[in-house]
Amino acid sequence: MADLDTAAKAALDAQFAELYRAHLRDVYSYAYYRVGDHHDAEDLTEQTFLQAYRHFERALDESDGRPLRPWLIRIAHNLAANLYRDRSRRPQTHIDDTTILPAVHTTEDLVEGRDELKRILAGVQQLPDDRREALIMRFALGMDNREIARAMGRTDGATKVLIHRAIKQLEGIVESTPNGDSK
Amino acid sequence: MSEAATTDFEALLRRALTPVDPPAELSARLETTLTSIADLAADELESWELRAMRDPRNWVRPAVAVVAGTTAGAALVVLRTKQRSKQRRKQSRNVVDLAERTVNDALREARRIWR
Repeated sequence: MADLDTAAKAALDAQFAELYRAHLRDVYSYAYYRVGDHHDAEDLTEQTFLQAYRHFERALDESDGRPLRPWLIRIAHNLAANLYRDRSRRPQTHIDDTTILPAVHTTEDLVEGRDELKRILAGVQQLPDDRREALIMRFALGMDNREIARAMGRTDGATKVLIHRAIKQLEGIVESTPNGDSK
Repeated sequence: MSEAATTDFEALLRRALTPVDPPAELSARLETTLTSIADLAADELESWELRAMRDPRNWVRPAVAVVAGTTAGAALVVLRTKQRSKQRRKQSRNVVDLAERTVNDALREARRIWR
């Protein structure tokens, strides 16, 4: 039985390793857009996975076969909330310019699009926490309404409304921000 | 704003919020930390098992698992453990000692089989 316990532990660790590999980028992306700088994002990502490891067995039991990404993001969300509570500050808005447009684009695209994307990103940082988080989950992580609802502890319907309102509010913010004056 | 404009805006939003790759050193550090924790947990489990085996109340679980032999491996453990029973009887000082030696033998065999 002793070795059965050890074997079960090894199997659990292997499952966790799989979860880690599959979602490290998701957690880091969420953390980065949530807290606004790489240093805090690294800390948050590290703490998220350490906490996830501690509670993994129970989460697996309770997940009933559903994906664990919303659970991971929820941990990151709670830790980020604690971070701000502890430091009594809002997220930094100095998201590194190099983050924008890391994909392949033409030079012309870069010149035309960069300013608009910077305004959008600055606008995201001005949104209330829940709206900002919903947009990060939807657009940076590609989560669907159901996953976001689970991560945020809301109903699917309430999440749909939240995302719709977040987009509308962001559009308003971006429209009211003059070109080239996003910083 | 029209539906097309909203779709365009969502496309821009998707480009603005491009996923960010974690720095390589974070992945390396995190993997090292998690591996250390997993190893510590395994060591802890092992030492707990050894401590627990000294308490006769904890002998029931492994003994039941071994005797029940729910897998081929467990059946093999029983077989090998039984093969050594005469030797254990000779070496034992009393019944409690014999029981402890039997459980330890079974654990040793299980380790060899499931490793």
